[in-house]
Amino acid sequence: MLTLIILILGASFILYTILGGADFGAGIVETLAGEKGERTISKAIAPVWEANHVWLILAVVILFTGFPSVYASLSLVLHIPLMMVLLGIIFRGTAFTFRHYDVINDNTHKYYTFLFKISSFITPFFLGVTLGAMILGRITFDQSVGFYEMFVLPWLNLFCFMMGVFAIALFGYISAVFLVGETKNDRERRRYAMFSRQLMIFTMLFGLLVFAAAELQNHHLLNEFLQSPISIIMLLLSTILCPVIWYFLNRKTNKTLYLRIAVGIQVTSILIGWFYIQYPVLIMVKGGDHFTFFNTQAPEATLQQLVIALIVGLVLIVPGFIYLFKVFKVER
Amino acid sequence: MDDLMAARLQMALSLGFHIVFACIGMTMPVLMAFSEWRWLRTGRQVYLDITKAWSKGVAIFFAVGAVSGTVLSFELGLLWPEFMRHAGSIIGMPFSWEGTAFFVEAIALGVFLYGWNRLNKWVHWASGIVVGISGVLSGIFVVAANSWMNSPAGFDWVDGKAVNIDPVKAMFNDAWLSQAIHMTLAAFVATGFAVAGVHAFLLLKNRKNIFHQQALKIALLFAAVAALLQPISGDYSAKDVAKRQPAKLAALEALYKTSKPAALVIGGIPNDKEERVDYAIHIPGFLSFLAHGDFKAEVKGLDQFPKEDRPPVLITHIAFQIMVGAGFLLAACSILYLLFSWRWRQVLLKKWWLYFIASTTPLGFIAVEAGWTVTEVGRQPWIIYGVMRTKDAVSSMPGLQYSFYVITTVYILLSLVIFWLMRRQIKTIEQFYPSAKTV
Ligand code: HDD
Ligand code: HEM
Ligand code: HEM
Repeated sequence: MLTLIILILGASFILYTILGGADFGAGIVETLAGEKGERTISKAIAPVWEANHVWLILAVVILFTGFPSVYASLSLVLHIPLMMVLLGIIFRGTAFTFRHYDVINDNTHKYYTFLFKISSFITPFFLGVTLGAMILGRITFDQSVGFYEMFVLPWLNLFCFMMGVFAIALFGYISAVFLVGETKNDRERRRYAMFSRQLMIFTMLFGLLVFAAAELQNHHLLNEFLQSPISIIMLLLSTILCPVIWYFLNRKTNKTLYLRIAVGIQVTSILIGWFYIQYPVLIMVKGGDHFTFFNTQAPEATLQQLVIALIVGLVLIVPGFIYLFKVFKVER
Repeated sequence: MDDLMAARLQMALSLGFHIVFACIGMTMPVLMAFSEWRWLRTGRQVYLDITKAWSKGVAIFFAVGAVSGTVLSFELGLLWPEFMRHAGSIIGMPFSWEGTAFFVEAIALGVFLYGWNRLNKWVHWASGIVVGISGVLSGIFVVAANSWMNSPAGFDWVDGKAVNIDPVKAMFNDAWLSQAIHMTLAAFVATGFAVAGVHAFLLLKNRKNIFHQQALKIALLFAAVAALLQPISGDYSAKDVAKRQPAKLAALEALYKTSKPAALVIGGIPNDKEERVDYAIHIPGFLSFLAHGDFKAEVKGLDQFPKEDRPPVLITHIAFQIMVGAGFLLAACSILYLLFSWRWRQVLLKKWWLYFIASTTPLGFIAVEAGWTVTEVGRQPWIIYGVMRTKDAVSSMPGLQYSFYVITTVYILLSLVIFWLMRRQIKTIEQFYPSAKTV
């Protein structure tokens, strides 16, 4: 039961990173693309963004049902960054929808666009910060240390900051590649291919900086990485894919499906590599305590029901999702 | 403002905001599917136009519903971590089913909103039906989570910890059925009357407009049927509350002293100091009847409960009066409507009638907000009735009031923008839909 739940939790996290990333990244790419990008981007994400973001809700529900004390503890100490994630989600979803559905196109669209772009940066950034704080090991539940030590310092530091920046670059990259397939003419295609390449470089650069920042904060991420063969393989795989994707981006022919699959694999392997060094720890607490999958799991009866709901869900959702994407995405 | 108060207000605000969009999300797909079905059967343009015009507005409401719901799923932890630590694994089941329902709903919605030109007509229609069914189901699942807070089941509480957890029992607790029925009806009443009211208002400008005539008819049909059932379901809920939460019943009826038989108190202002209700109408024996089906039965008053276990009487009582008042008014309106459609059709386009319908626009939603106030405030001081107190569940992070201020500002702003957007949508209906052209 537990293994199955962990797998589904991991899968929904990966899917959120890819699909939700493509969504959130759209705002980041639009910032690069300027006004010209607006139409392409709106058309590409409007039919799917609502379904895409349900992966996040699914992950949250699995977390609070299957591992309630992890959910409770995270929401307690990381209240501030999570609140920022939420504000980003609110502003982005509404600004995008308002802009897309407003029947009259006038000056007000500037405000929506502005909000849409800003919030597209805020949410990925604070998601990255939150993840960073979970693994850095500065979280404490000792109320006596004071407000600042307990609620601010665990996430306000260089490593978490770099994780945030990395998340922005990654989401932007995923989205840019995704949008290459949504363009209508050659000129547009070249523009988005260029954004993809730029963002790929940024993603790799910030990825390295995350490791550097970890070392500076005495968190030996690189060491842990090198000790896990699977993580090394995953890292290599995602690196090898870079030149392949670069090559496909430069080609004129419409191999967008390959591009998307390649990026999907790349992101998946980065995340799997990272899960491997992390597993089974969910939160590292200051002083060496850990919250793991095993010491926080809900009772068996709950896990059983959760698995049933999830499996029924997947049976309904997966074909539905494929149908939705088929109707709107492939063969354009 | 202390942290507990801030957290409660933020929760209430977020839920009160979300519930509006949730009601719309449960009801409008059904209305749209009905209208589209009429189009498929009759081929009349006006039904297609109505479906399309509604779906434009609904897309906006859906997005806000999804966003505010996501906020809630985080807020349960951000504001009430101690509650979720214990309750998460018990009420996780309805929430995980709800997640499944959302997913299906969001996918089907994408197909429905964007598939007009790409799909077979009946496939498109079916996707609308799927949105409706999964919307109603997700509503029922969340309410099951809430009803567990009112009527905890499926676990044993030993030394401040839940053991022997049985999620199925927890989900099908004593309160879930009455709350699920009442909530689903409420969604149809509130949304139906709101939509009907807006179209009635627009009809007042031009009573020959077929578009608004038909739209009004569809919305009011669903609203009227639901509103007639609502008092019956409300009576069932009240009997249920009398059994499982006597303190809540006493608070919503402002019954300070245990009485046999007990009088029904209508209106009035509860006076906590003197323990009596000022300016109220008393109907002898009636409360005994409503709560237990017997005019002579004893009804427990607040005096049966220690002071620290009593819910706030003033708010609960007044909110209950508002809900029931609105409920009876809307039920009366529905009877009139069905009567007129059956015998006196000419009345349906009379000015006074349209004014009347237009004036009911906000009533259903007022009743929904009031009803939730009854349920939630009436449960106080407990977050899990009889098990955990609200003050023991709140987050220990200081300064919660700041997040309350931020969320309040954001939601007020959003409400204003949505209101303004809807006005813009409505203004352009005539431009886009041939059947809505004024002649
Ligand atoms: C359109 C909305 C609407 C209308 C017209 C009514 N209600 Fe209601 N009521 C609700 C909307 C609502 C609600 C918002 O949906 C609640 C909150 C919790 C729930 O399950 O339903 C509710 C709760 C609620 C409760 C508390 C249930 C609990 O705590 O478990 C009672 C006793 C009633 N209602 C009784 C009535 C009666 C006697 C009505 C007579 C006409 C009535 N309601 C009309
Ligand atoms: C599944 C559904 C719901 C859950 C899990 C839930 C949960 C909660 C929680 C945890 C609190 C804070 C503790 C408390 O003060 O009791 C609360 C309070 C409150 N909720 Fe709910 N709620 C639900 C549905 C709703 C809805 C739909 C409304 C709509 C208006 C609502 C209105 C309120 C109000 C008014 C309070 C404040 C109570 C007070 O100030 O005393 N609730 N709810
Ligand atoms: C009893 C009160 C509630 C009812 C009846 C209700 C019902 C609904 C419905 C019908 C929807 C889908 C329609 C739409 O998107 O507009 C929805 C959306 C949502 N609700 Fe609620 N809800 C309630 C309270 C809550 C609570 C307490 C939570 C959080 C734990 C929650 C979480 C969500 C989420 C995450 C969504 C977005 C799903 C999506 O992306 O489509 N809801 N709700």
